[in-house]
This record gives sequence, structure tokens and C-alpha cells, in this order.
Amino acid sequence: MSDFIIEMLQITKEFPGIKANDNITLQLKKGEVHALLGENGAGKSTLMSILFGLYQAEHGEIHKNGQKVLINNPNDANALNIGMVHQHFKLVEVFSVLENIILGVEPTKYSVLKRNEARQKIVQLSQQYKLSVEPDALIEDISVGMQQRVEILKMLYRDNEILIFDEPTAVLTPQEIKELMAIIRGLKAEGKSILFITHKLNEIMEVADRCTVLRKGQCIGTVDIDQTSVEELSRMMVGRPVQLIVDKADLIPGEIVLAVEHLTVASKLHKNNAVKDVSFNVRAGEIVCLAGIEGNGQSELIYALTGIEKPVSGRLTLKGHDLTKSSIRDRSKAGISHIPEDRHKFGLVLDYSLAENLVLQRYWEPRFHQNGLINREAVNQYADNLISKYDIRSGQGAQTIVRSMSGGNQQKAIVAREIDKNPELLIAIQPTRGLDIGAIEYIHTQLVAQRDSGKGVLLVSLELDEVMNVSDRILVIYEGNIVGEFDPKETTVEQLGLYMAGARRNDVKGGQV
Amino acid sequence: MKINLKQAWHTLKNKPGFESFLASAAAIGIGLIFGFLLLVIFKAEKSVYGLSQILVVGFSSAAKFSKVLYQAAPLIMTGLSVGFAFKTGLFNIGASGQYMLGMFMALYSGIVWQFPWYAALIMAMLGGAIWGAMPGLFKAYFNVNEVITSIMFNWIGLFAVNVLLANIPMVLADYYGASNPDRTANMSAANKAAIIPKWGLDTLFDSTYMNISIFMAIILAVIIYFVLNRTTFGYELKACGFNRNASIYAGINAKRNIVLSMVIAGSLAGFGGGLYYLSGTAQYTIEKLLATMGFNGIPVALLATSNPIGIIFSALFISYIQVGGEAMQPEFAKEIVDIIISVIIYLSAFSLLLKGIIRKLIKQSATAGKEVAP
Repeated sequence: MSDFIIEMLQITKEFPGIKANDNITLQLKKGEVHALLGENGAGKSTLMSILFGLYQAEHGEIHKNGQKVLINNPNDANALNIGMVHQHFKLVEVFSVLENIILGVEPTKYSVLKRNEARQKIVQLSQQYKLSVEPDALIEDISVGMQQRVEILKMLYRDNEILIFDEPTAVLTPQEIKELMAIIRGLKAEGKSILFITHKLNEIMEVADRCTVLRKGQCIGTVDIDQTSVEELSRMMVGRPVQLIVDKADLIPGEIVLAVEHLTVASKLHKNNAVKDVSFNVRAGEIVCLAGIEGNGQSELIYALTGIEKPVSGRLTLKGHDLTKSSIRDRSKAGISHIPEDRHKFGLVLDYSLAENLVLQRYWEPRFHQNGLINREAVNQYADNLISKYDIRSGQGAQTIVRSMSGGNQQKAIVAREIDKNPELLIAIQPTRGLDIGAIEYIHTQLVAQRDSGKGVLLVSLELDEVMNVSDRILVIYEGNIVGEFDPKETTVEQLGLYMAGARRNDVKGGQV
Repeated sequence: MKINLKQAWHTLKNKPGFESFLASAAAIGIGLIFGFLLLVIFKAEKSVYGLSQILVVGFSSAAKFSKVLYQAAPLIMTGLSVGFAFKTGLFNIGASGQYMLGMFMALYSGIVWQFPWYAALIMAMLGGAIWGAMPGLFKAYFNVNEVITSIMFNWIGLFAVNVLLANIPMVLADYYGASNPDRTANMSAANKAAIIPKWGLDTLFDSTYMNISIFMAIILAVIIYFVLNRTTFGYELKACGFNRNASIYAGINAKRNIVLSMVIAGSLAGFGGGLYYLSGTAQYTIEKLLATMGFNGIPVALLATSNPIGIIFSALFISYIQVGGEAMQPEFAKEIVDIIISVIIYLSAFSLLLKGIIRKLIKQSATAGKEVAP
């Protein structure tokens, strides 16, 4: 009898043009929590999809309890007691919790559903594992955290022994993450074996026993958590030492750069205003972070600041100049730069070359054209300059079509374009979304460099780690109101979470520092 | 010599437009094969004759070639109209209506106001521009899909032009003694100065069809290419076409650009209408049919992947096989050429797929070559 409940041996999987998994070996001990760590595109999800039968490996074997097994589809995986919670839940929105849990394995008698028997088993499981759910509530009516518990119950209902969690904390609030960690420990105590995919190091340190690190499709190694550190894990993941905490000196903020007074912005989704009488300011040499859960008015506030939407009422000034009624171009000229939330939708013209994208905010400047004729030489020279200055990597330099570049380098291109305008105010909206740890480090460094050179930075972020790490001052937005103002040194993630969820508030009017 | 060829091939296949060109060529080839199959089914014993008519008649004599150029000129213009709009993210299916308005303005100003040809052509552009502006305004300010409005404006344009022409006796043929009341006047009777000059090309080519319109169309194609690729105006227009949101974020006035883009597209199609009906050989017949010249602009643009220079050649090609199709008569119906064109359009819609296949083939041949080499 083998020590390992599941072994994936020398797994290789190729997709056209890329080796997603290259000779990877992963061994899961019975009753352990095993983390699978890697950057975006490192091959974590592919490896787990192979174990769950969604993909078939070209080479390599899967063993369960020392016996070779073949997993051709999720049903095979289920028969081997392997279950998976996907990052995006696979639930029927209009079905009840109970119906979702038993879907596919309904207990029946003469083809009539034995609802009571199912309910008894679910209630018993939810008590045993402390997974509180309401069996008769519809999925669309319950919170994301409870939806996740339903997914876990689905696995337990099927008597799964090996539980795979794909980035389970990505969608949760800090409080829900804490609950999930407790649940995972409970599952472990009941003898379940758990595979936990993530790129968040703190979670691994908190809950995992061992960790296997993948990088670019290759297995870097497996380590025991009690013999490693966050720094070592991040080095293994990225391939070089990474600055996890942003290095920034204390700065006394200077004059007010951006002043927002009683700003109200209408919503496109509902009749209420999305932003309600909001006032705050950003000073020179500080990073102000607007924290909040998605959909609480951040987007609309930014639309009003950048000029994409007209506010219902209120005033905004940049270094004393009233910009409330200015056009987008005039605001840009006045010194507002903007890293938009969705780089593909708003930030880049993907079918334009890198050079053409780098001048998108300033092609109209006299140095780039003569009487409307584009001066290609000047454009290319400018682009080459930015490419080397900001280390933007691409296949064919300035002439690369941006669509073919990696996400991190696309974001670098936007950052280069916006920062090189030498703005008074840099507005960055989730600038690190979907990027790997190396690119995140780069973006954070750039934001801090802007701050250090005496510019104002307004950062909108959903990632609390980022909020705590980068900002000098935190504003929490909830349902269109700013409900709290914090100094990151004097607050905790938990406290911010309470304000973000609307459990607490102390309205801030006027943005006094 | 052999090495030079290889090198030439190597540089050629790395050109960005090369795959598009091959994809279009493949579409044309398959379309012709399909047409040949149809000929075999209809009249097997004459099928080879039919295909050879399609393929060679256009070059068989100077007169036939003049006909090709004569029809190609307005086709280039409607192709440019569709292609230009497409480059800026708009699907101008209203080239037909804009072409009709161009025709009307050219005839009206040429006959009623006795304008010379160049002034009448400018009026034609104006007519097309107004008709193009309508869907543009609806799109920009009310977010109404330009496909729907431009289709409606095709029909509005057709009937408006028919009603107007029928009620202006001076522009009709019977005003000048001819016996067909549903036709517009022969230009040589109505206003000789409004006929596009021939500069002796008609005697050189021995055809009354030959005039300078093909050169004007080619010059306009080059101008459009230049505007799209070398000017800040073209840069803005294309940016809006590729990604309207990002353009708005960059401070570009997207609404203004949508309207301008449709105005330019409309004026190009309108110019095409002017070119055709000021040739002195064409007379418009009042009927309830949309001008096919406008719709044929769509395959012309598709086949050239909206590249203005490519449009010159694809228009020449479509015009060429149309002349060949007419020469197949009476053995075959000339509609077979329309079927061939349809198949080609159908396949050019698959141009991405074809491009992918071609890319694969090129790569395979490259790796195969490497393996053979020691």
C-alpha cells in the first residue's frame, strides 16, 4: 500500500504552440492539504483538469492508492471519489440548494425522487462539516460564500475523498476567506485529502501542509510548509527574488491635486444615483486608494473624473482648475492620466501596433504630425524610447500588433503611455488585475515612483492586499457613498472588510485629512 | 537564378498582406471551379467553351477590355465606399442608395443646370454624402444600427429618385425625341459638356465605353489609402473602428468620426454613380430594382479585405468576369457569373479560415524543407 492516495507521474500535456504541463509529478498524501502554486499560465488548472478528466495527458500516468487508473471524463473521476470546486461555480441558478447538490445522483424509488432521504443526508453532512446552507433557497438568492459551500457539499454528497479547490478565495470577502480556511481544516480533520490551487502565498502558509510549485509548465519542486517561507515560495514561483512589500519612504503630502466636491453620478443600471454626494481630495505625493466591492459606484465615479460620463451635480478641480465641464481630451491635457479597468476594452486598440498604441493619447501633438500627416519616424522613435525605458517586451518591437502581446506587457504599455505624459494625477483602476506576481511588483513600483516624484495617485482596487500595501490613505466606498477613511498603518483587513460589506460606516464628507 | 527565386519567395511570404492575398486568390479559384461544375451540369458539351469565355473574353479585344474598365470604375468607387466604412468599424450596406443619389444629382445638375462634367461629379459626391450622413447620424446620436438604416435608405433613395426623375421631363429621353419615356436622356443630346472626357482613349481602344473615369477611380483609391494609413485623421477613424471605447478614452470624438466616416463613404459611392451615368453611354431606366453596382461593392471590398489598393484589383476582376459572363450568352445564362461571384463572396467570408490553412501550409513546407536539408 502506497503512502499516496493520488499520484500524477510525469504528466505532459501540450496545446498547439505551448507545453502546458511538462513532465510534472504531483503526489498527494492521504489526509493532507496540498497546495498547487504558480503564476497565471503556469499550468495549474491544466494539471487539475487532467486529474478531473476534462483533459487527457499525452504522457504520464495517474495512480490511486498505488494502482494505475484511467480518467477519461469527470464521471470516471467521480467514480474514483475525486471532486472539484471550479473557480467559476457550476451551479444551476434557478434550482434550489438541495436540487443542485443531488443533481446527477438523485436517490429515486420507482423513478420518483426521494427528496426526504436526500435532505436528511445533506443536513447530516452540513452539520458534520459545519457547512451551513439553506437546502430550499435558490442559488441565485444566496451569497457567493454559501454557493461555495454548496459546491463543497456536492463533493461530500458524492462521498468524494479527494477534493480539488481551484482558486477558491478569488471571489470571497476577507471574512468568507476566514470561514473557508476553517472549513478546509475541518475537512482535513475528517480524513479528506485536499488539493488547493492558488497564487496567494498567505493562504498557503495558513492552511497547507505541503506545496508543489509550477512555473511555465514545469515542476519546480515540492516543499513542506513548515520548512519554507513566503519569500522562498515566491522565489520558486517567479524564478527570482521578489519584493513582496512595496518599498516606500514616508512622505508628507503636498498641495491638493484633485478636489472632488459633492459629486453625484447617475447609474446606467438602476434609477438611483451610483455615486451619491461624494467629496474627497488627492494630494501631491500620496496614493489614495478607493477600496470597495465591485459595483459600489467606483466605475461611475471614475467615469465622471475622466470625463466619460457627465455628473448630475458636483464639482471637480485639478490644481485649482475647474474641470467639471471639460472634455476627455482637455482633462488629459490638463494632467489627468488614466489606466483603465479593462485594458482590452478601454486601454488599447488591440489591432494597432505597439507604436500606434503608445501615441494613442498624444498623436495629435505637433511633434507627431505635420499638417495631419503622421510623422512615422517620430512615432517609432518615441515608441522605441518608451519600450526600452519601461521594458516592454514584444515579438517585433514597436511594430508588434498589441493583440499578440502578453497581458503583463500590454499593461506595461498602458502604464508607460500614461506615466510618460508626466501627469499631475494618475488614476489607476485595478492595474494589476489578472497579472502575475512579477508584473504586479513592476506596476506597484511605478505607482510609488509617481507618488515619490510629487504626483497624486488615485488607485481603485478590489484586492485588499494591494490596498493595504500600496496606499497612503484608504477611502472605502459602499453603495455610492464613502463610508470610511483609514490610514493603512492603523487599520486591518478585517476592519476594511466590514466597511466594504456595509456592516459599519462613518460617513466622510469633505475629505478632511 | 534559383536562389533568387527562393529569396524572393521568402521575403514575399513574410509580407503581412501575403496571406490575405492568397486567401482571396483561393476564394476566387474555388469560386471558378464551382462555376465550372455548374456549366458542366447545365450543358456539359459547352462547359469548356463557357469557362474560357469567362476567363479570356475580357482580354480578347481592346473594345472588350474597355468594357471591363468602364464597369470597373464605378465598382471601385462602391467598393471603396464599403471598404472605407468597414475600416472604420461601420458596415455600409447602403452604397446602393448612395450610388442612386449620386446618379440623380449628376443627371439633374448635368441636364437641368447644364453643369460641366466635373461640377456634376462634385454634385454626385454631395448627393451620396448626404445619403451616407443619414445612417451615420442615426448611429452616432441614437445608436441605431447602421445596417438597418442604410438598408432602409437604399429603398427610400430608390423610390425618391424614381419619383423625382419621372416628374422632371427635361431629364427623360422622350424630351429629346427618343421613344422610351422610362429612361433618362442620352447625354449627348442633353448636355455634351457633362460627358466625362475621353482624351482620345476611345479611338485608341476603338470603343465608346473608354473614358478617363477608371483613372479618376484609381486616383481616389490611392487617396483613400493615403488618408487611412498616413494621416492623423485616418488614425482616429481606424481607432474608432477597431475599438470605439478605447478611442473615447483617448479623447477622440467618436460620434463626429462615425458621421464623417459615413459621409466620406457615401460620397465615394455617389461619385461612382456620377462616373457611370456621365459616361455618355449609360441611361438610367426607372424601375423598382436597387442598383446592383452598389451591392457589388460589398464583394469587391470583402475580396480585397477592405484594402483600398486591393479594391482596385478586385473591382477589375469582378468587372472582368462579368464581361465574360455576358459573352457566354446565349449558350449559358449570364447569371452563372453572379453565382460564381456569390460563391467567392461566401468564401471570402471564410477568409480567416483560409488564411489559417494557408499559414499552416507555408509552415509545413518550411519545416519539410528543413528536414530534407542535410
